[in-house]
Amino acid sequence: MFQIAEFTPWSALAGGVLIGLAALLLLVFNGRVAGISGILNMAMQRPQGDTAWRWLFLLGLLLGAGAWVWLAGLTFELREGFPLWLLAAAGFLVGVGTRMGGGCTSGHGVCGISRLSQRSIVATGIFMLVAIMTTYVVRHIAGVGV
Amino acid sequence: MKREILALIAGVLFGLGLAISQMINPEKVLGFLDIAGAWDPSLALVMGGALAVAAIGTLIMRGSDRPVFDVRYYVPERRDLDARLIGGAALFGIGWGIGGYCPGPGLAAMAIGWWEPFVFVVALIAGSLSWKLIGERD
Repeated sequence: MFQIAEFTPWSALAGGVLIGLAALLLLVFNGRVAGISGILNMAMQRPQGDTAWRWLFLLGLLLGAGAWVWLAGLTFELREGFPLWLLAAAGFLVGVGTRMGGGCTSGHGVCGISRLSQRSIVATGIFMLVAIMTTYVVRHIAGVGV
Repeated sequence: MKREILALIAGVLFGLGLAISQMINPEKVLGFLDIAGAWDPSLALVMGGALAVAAIGTLIMRGSDRPVFDVRYYVPERRDLDARLIGGAALFGIGWGIGGYCPGPGLAAMAIGWWEPFVFVVALIAGSLSWKLIGERD
C-alpha cells in the first residue's frame, strides 16, 4: 500500500544541512535558539527589548527564500483552490499551539532534539503524529485538497 | 552589530534551506504527512540533515562557557512535561496537518508573493496573540 512519489532526497538533504547550519551559527555565535515561532513571538513583544537581531533573522528568512526562487525559478506548482477559511483556521491553530507549546518544527524539532531535550522530543512526537492523523482526515475523509 | 549581522546571515541560510528543500511548498510537506497517499519521505531528510548539523552546534556549546558574540547561552533549561507543552504541540499538529505550513515555511513562502502564505501568517499572528492574551494571563 506504500507508494513513493516525488521523492527529492538530494535537495532535501542540502536544504536540511543549510537549516542546520543556520541553527549552528545562531547558537555558537549568538547563543540563541533558531526557533521561528519563538523568534517571531519575541520580535512582536512590547515594549521592544533586544529585538533587532530577531527582525533581521526574519528578514533574512524571506531574503534567502526569495533569492533561491529568483535564481532557480519556482520549482513547484502553486496549488489552487485550497479553501481560504481552512487556511486561516490552520494558521490560527499553529499560532495558538506554538505559543502554548513553546516551539515549532525548528525550535522543538531541530534545535531542541539536537540538545536531546526531553520536552522537545515529546512535543515533536506529538505534533508529527497529530499532523499525520489530521492530514489523513482532511484529505481522505473530508476530501479537501486532493 | 556583529550579532545582528550574524542573525541576518543565519536567516538567509535558513530561508535558502527551506526554499531549496521545497519546504515552502505546502503540498511537499503534506506529501510527507499523508502516509496513505503517494508518500514523499523528503521532509524526513530535511529534518535529519538539519539535526545532524545542529547537533554539532550543541557539542560546541557544551564545550564552551559562552557564545562568541554574547556573554551567555540563551537555551531553555526546563525538563518537565506539562499540559501546555502537550496541548500546544497537539494544536500545532492539527494546524500543520490541515494547511501544510509551519511558521518557518509560512514566513519564507511570503517571498514568492503568493496569497496563501500571507493568509497563513496573519492567522498565525492572530492565534499567537490570542493565546498570549487568554492563556498567559496568570
